[in-house]
Amino acid sequence: MVFGIPGGTILPAYDPLLDSTKVRHILVRHEQGAGHAATGYAQATGKVGVCMATSGPGATNLVTPLADANMDSVPVVAITGQQTRPLIGTDAFQEADICGITMPITKHNMLVTDPAEIPRAIAEAFHIAATGRPGPVLVDIPKDVLQEQTSFSWPPDLRLPGYRPTTRPHGKQVREAAKLIVNARKPVLYVGGGVIKADAHAELLRLAEDTGIPVVTTLMARGAFPDSHDQHLGMPGMHGTVAAVAAMQKSDLLIALGARFDDRVTGQLGSFAPDAQIIHADIDPAEISKNRRADVPIVGDCKEIITELIDAVRTERETAKAVDLTPWWDTLKSLRETFPLGYDWPEDGTLSPQYVIERIGALSPADTIYTAGVGQHQMWAAQFVKYEHPRTWINSGGLGTMGFAVPAAMGIKAGEPDRTVWAIDGDGCFQMTNQELATCAIEGLPVKIAVINNGNLGMVRQWQTLFYGERYSNTDLGTHKHRIPDFKLLAEALGCAGLRAESREEVDDVIAKALEINDRPVVIDFVVGKDAQVWPMVAAGTGNSEIMAARGIRPLFDEDL
Amino acid sequence: MTRHTLSVLVEDKPGVLARVAGLFSRRGFNIESLAVGRTEYPDISRMTIVVSVDELPLEQVTKQLNKLINVIKIVELEPTASVQRQLVLIKVRADATVRSQVLETVQLFRAKVVDVSPEAVTIEATGTSEKLDALLRMLEPYGLREIVQSGMVAIGRGARSITATAVR
Repeated sequence: MVFGIPGGTILPAYDPLLDSTKVRHILVRHEQGAGHAATGYAQATGKVGVCMATSGPGATNLVTPLADANMDSVPVVAITGQQTRPLIGTDAFQEADICGITMPITKHNMLVTDPAEIPRAIAEAFHIAATGRPGPVLVDIPKDVLQEQTSFSWPPDLRLPGYRPTTRPHGKQVREAAKLIVNARKPVLYVGGGVIKADAHAELLRLAEDTGIPVVTTLMARGAFPDSHDQHLGMPGMHGTVAAVAAMQKSDLLIALGARFDDRVTGQLGSFAPDAQIIHADIDPAEISKNRRADVPIVGDCKEIITELIDAVRTERETAKAVDLTPWWDTLKSLRETFPLGYDWPEDGTLSPQYVIERIGALSPADTIYTAGVGQHQMWAAQFVKYEHPRTWINSGGLGTMGFAVPAAMGIKAGEPDRTVWAIDGDGCFQMTNQELATCAIEGLPVKIAVINNGNLGMVRQWQTLFYGERYSNTDLGTHKHRIPDFKLLAEALGCAGLRAESREEVDDVIAKALEINDRPVVIDFVVGKDAQVWPMVAAGTGNSEIMAARGIRPLFDEDL
Repeated sequence: MTRHTLSVLVEDKPGVLARVAGLFSRRGFNIESLAVGRTEYPDISRMTIVVSVDELPLEQVTKQLNKLINVIKIVELEPTASVQRQLVLIKVRADATVRSQVLETVQLFRAKVVDVSPEAVTIEATGTSEKLDALLRMLEPYGLREIVQSGMVAIGRGARSITATAVR
């Protein structure tokens, strides 16, 4: 499966694709769409996603999705055409130094100058993208290199003397970690996206149930641990649950698994989890102690680490006196009960965006895959859809790429054609990349798009409400006032079914209708109120103890930790 | 902040220098000195990088460097356990009246004169950056017309070879 657009310099690679029976090429409308589709495909299937573009603007249009995949450690290979070797460096037509441009935002990239090296370059690109900490790799190939004849043998030898990712954890470190785990009074399993990438969800469940330790799942890890599980406290971070944030703040031991202590999780770093010792397990040694010093670092693949931890904890338990976690759980349960996730209906009688998202989650099949853009709707989708399985929540976490949802949904559907795929999008995001719905309609990828249309750049507006004295500078998109664009008509123009809901009564019906349409993509314009806000919230730059359950309500701060 | 000397073995491929230099600037580290050259293996180059950073950021930059696919090995060379050298060429004003004094300074520093003209001499000197700084201070009163200085190169003392262990 390849997502791409041909052009002058990549033409020689496209010509044989016409005869290929093994590779399906999906002709997208914009290269950014190809990149995000490859990312969505990779996240849903666990395989490497591939995108292709021509030189110059084709290649530079891949910059955003490559940066996105790099931040979220997604295995993607991008193949770009380049001007012919004699023209490189002469400012030739459609020439851009894409290797130079993408150097800081790819795991690796390479310019292939010898036709005989193409097979090795491609094999190395897939190997690097998929192993260790996954990431995007770009292979740039000049047109004249693509046009030459060369002998071909597969598989080629990989020559990567500087690339040896550590997957087996160090036994001593695992035993050290197990010792801390059995002695902790307030432990928390801080689960990141690495657990999903390592396919370690089953092992995580076992470790959690063996130890009885509470679990929090970051934005990138939603679905790594079932939301219905009693030990799950939800998502930590800027818009995490009070219980999850509090658990980390009050913890005496954070067991970080495939997580990277991102600023959106830690808040102000200096006041984050002040009393906690840190076990940090990650496949990337550079993540360990980058933001928060680890007491026990473990480098390796999460699946292997957790498997060994389970055994080590059992061994340790044989000699150590079991610590009673009941007082810890009492504190957490009371927080969970006092400050559950919730929302109020808007006072102006408009439709609640949280309700819409909650209902989509409730009415869709259990194996539905959800993606989202970036902003309020993304946070609500992370909060109010209940995730039970890994790879059912795919979003742009690190880079925060608005416009991710539609093309990502396209890639997800291409990888998982038999499953329902919902893109929960905002009206701002949707207007950035909706052209790919034409691709979806033509290529037979019936995705479902819920546009949570509040007429505004909602998250920015929320910050203006809270921190800029309700001065709404350039956040009103006019989508409500002028109904421009009319999303229902736009959907139809793009070959999709267009639906709309503006009141509570219509929501379930319209979702049911959308679930029944499987011969083309569906777009639902959910016209919702503009004043709904994402709660809880830790304001940027403040400590996690100042989490607000709602505006002005700071349960941990007031309570005195 | 302390000064650290890193020896970095890299694959001899186009763009490697840009990758390494880019990584330093991206993560906010200043390179004080950089030298790149061949090694005893045809496809491996060696960079000697001098940076002034604290211990913790140094660990982070080393780890980030290690993530570059073309970087094979990184070793920090302690000044006491290694030989560190820089080369400088100095064009100093020296007419007949002061030439003998200049030449005396050259002798003292075990430097040598590589070019002479009626108004100036060009001096070649090698050593640690401290020694070269001292030489420059001594020559400054005569008038420094032009200076060019290489990056630091360094090698560990004793029989061990970092390249030999890297390619095994």
